[in-house]
Amino acid sequence: MSIDARFCLQRGDFHLDVDMTLPGEGVTAVFGTSGAGKSTLLRCVAGLERAAQGVLSVNGEVWQREGLFLPVHRRPLGVVFQESSLFPHLTGAGNLRFGLQRTPAGERRVDWDEVVQLLGIAPLLSRYPDSLSGGERQRIALARALLASPQLLLLDEPLAALDEARKAEILPFLERLRTRFAVPMLYVTHSMREVARLADYLVLLEAGRVRAQGPVQEMLSRLDLSLAAADDAGVVINAVVAEHDAQWHLSRLEFSGGSLWVSRCAEPLGERLRCRVLARDVSLTRERDEQSSIVNLVAAEVVELASAASPAHVMVRLDAQGTPLLARITRQSQARIAVQPGERFWLQIKSVALLS
Amino acid sequence: MLSPDDLTALWVTLKLAAVSTALLILLATPLAWWLSQTRARGRVLVEAVVTLPLVLPPTVLGFYLLLLLGPRGAVGGVLEGIGIGHLAFSFSGLVVGSMVYSLPFVVQPLQNAFAATGARLLEVAATLRASPLDRFLTVALPLARRGYLTAAVLAFAHTLGEFGVIIMLGGNIPGETRVASIAIYNHVEALDYGSAHALALTLVVFSLVLLTLVYAVNRRGQSVGVPG
Repeated sequence: MSIDARFCLQRGDFHLDVDMTLPGEGVTAVFGTSGAGKSTLLRCVAGLERAAQGVLSVNGEVWQREGLFLPVHRRPLGVVFQESSLFPHLTGAGNLRFGLQRTPAGERRVDWDEVVQLLGIAPLLSRYPDSLSGGERQRIALARALLASPQLLLLDEPLAALDEARKAEILPFLERLRTRFAVPMLYVTHSMREVARLADYLVLLEAGRVRAQGPVQEMLSRLDLSLAAADDAGVVINAVVAEHDAQWHLSRLEFSGGSLWVSRCAEPLGERLRCRVLARDVSLTRERDEQSSIVNLVAAEVVELASAASPAHVMVRLDAQGTPLLARITRQSQARIAVQPGERFWLQIKSVALLS
Repeated sequence: MLSPDDLTALWVTLKLAAVSTALLILLATPLAWWLSQTRARGRVLVEAVVTLPLVLPPTVLGFYLLLLLGPRGAVGGVLEGIGIGHLAFSFSGLVVGSMVYSLPFVVQPLQNAFAATGARLLEVAATLRASPLDRFLTVALPLARRGYLTAAVLAFAHTLGEFGVIIMLGGNIPGETRVASIAIYNHVEALDYGSAHALALTLVVFSLVLLTLVYAVNRRGQSVGVPG
């Protein structure tokens, strides 16, 4: 099961030329700066750019190839745009029904009550869009897209127009969608935080071309990509809740490279969690330092080094028994403690952000 | 106050306004839609032609319509040939004339209303499995309803006040082409100011009531929070 897409589109002096094979499940983030062609790519997939030459097949069904162009309304997809795009002449419920009514009964796979409950929109259904907040509108837009039982959900920076509080309000809903409905999602964003939190797979777009693509864990730890140069560069670690410590109000998360202690979390033992470790929060030490206030120590081997954004720093990629990690250290430290590929160090991790 | 002849003239006027407004709304819809969506080069010329009746003296319009629709005109001749008869000096001729005369008053509000809706909502409707016709009927049309109201009122009111085109094209046949504005003119010509006054005042009151109603309806739509 996969999504194969090749597109060529000339628009003024912008040229989109992409070739990608994406997993046919989970969340694929399309990441890049503004102007990289992310939204255009999404529009090509949706069939909203008729001028685009290309090939598109979604889990075995061909939507576009030489001599075939399935019009938008024949593609079983859902799109959520950045700004509110609810129909202003319909109530919340009217908006939800729009796609549902046009979905043949035999293709309906999404239950009204479940979506309404999952997105918490029951009180909004009788209201018109102009009386809803930005976050409420986006939840209705998400529900509306889902109720058309899409085989592919396209999200074009669905949180970009919202303030931080509203973003925090919507993100958990997106996570629930990912786990509850087995709909592959193509998620366009320029926010690393959203990528780290939601994405399983990452396509890095630069100037209309695919610079790199791969599983998010691997992509975020690559030093040859612009991702590692960002101030908030860091890796995503998939872990399992292994222990709750009532006395110190901590929880222990286990991953392939060791354990991480975090503030006591609500998730039960055995629950899968995703956490993020920023390169700037990781320091290296030769000896295991038991006198340090830092609780999280992980043993890892240096794989490679690369220049960081500032000349004072160097990025270090390490491997902790299969889990990639990044550390940003000063060049001075690198020389002093001889950080070289193949050397083993203890990583002191100052902070771990729980993502889900 | 109003003589039976004047009542008949009023009736012809209302019938003419209603029929030509209804037909114009129907015919102008595809034209306005096309103008709002197309990027074709010819669009500018079409827009200019549509606006022409706004700037031309009604007598010029009426004169050419008379030539066109009369027994030897391009349209009138053909109609005559197939047995329908030419359109000059007939109610049907007035309907055609009024439609041409009020065309810009209908096309422009509709075109603006369609353009104001923008492409995004139609794209969204397409992603929700709505076909092009479905999108037009369930999204573009309801969102343009304020434009339709404006267009209908303007066309109706404009036809009520029509004089020049009718005098050129329709003459003065009672019960057929004699409308209120021409009846008023006749009364004034005959120095019967009392009758002219009665008919003129009726038109003023009627138009005022109509416009007040329209604005009231429009305002209520706003306060309920249903944009359009």
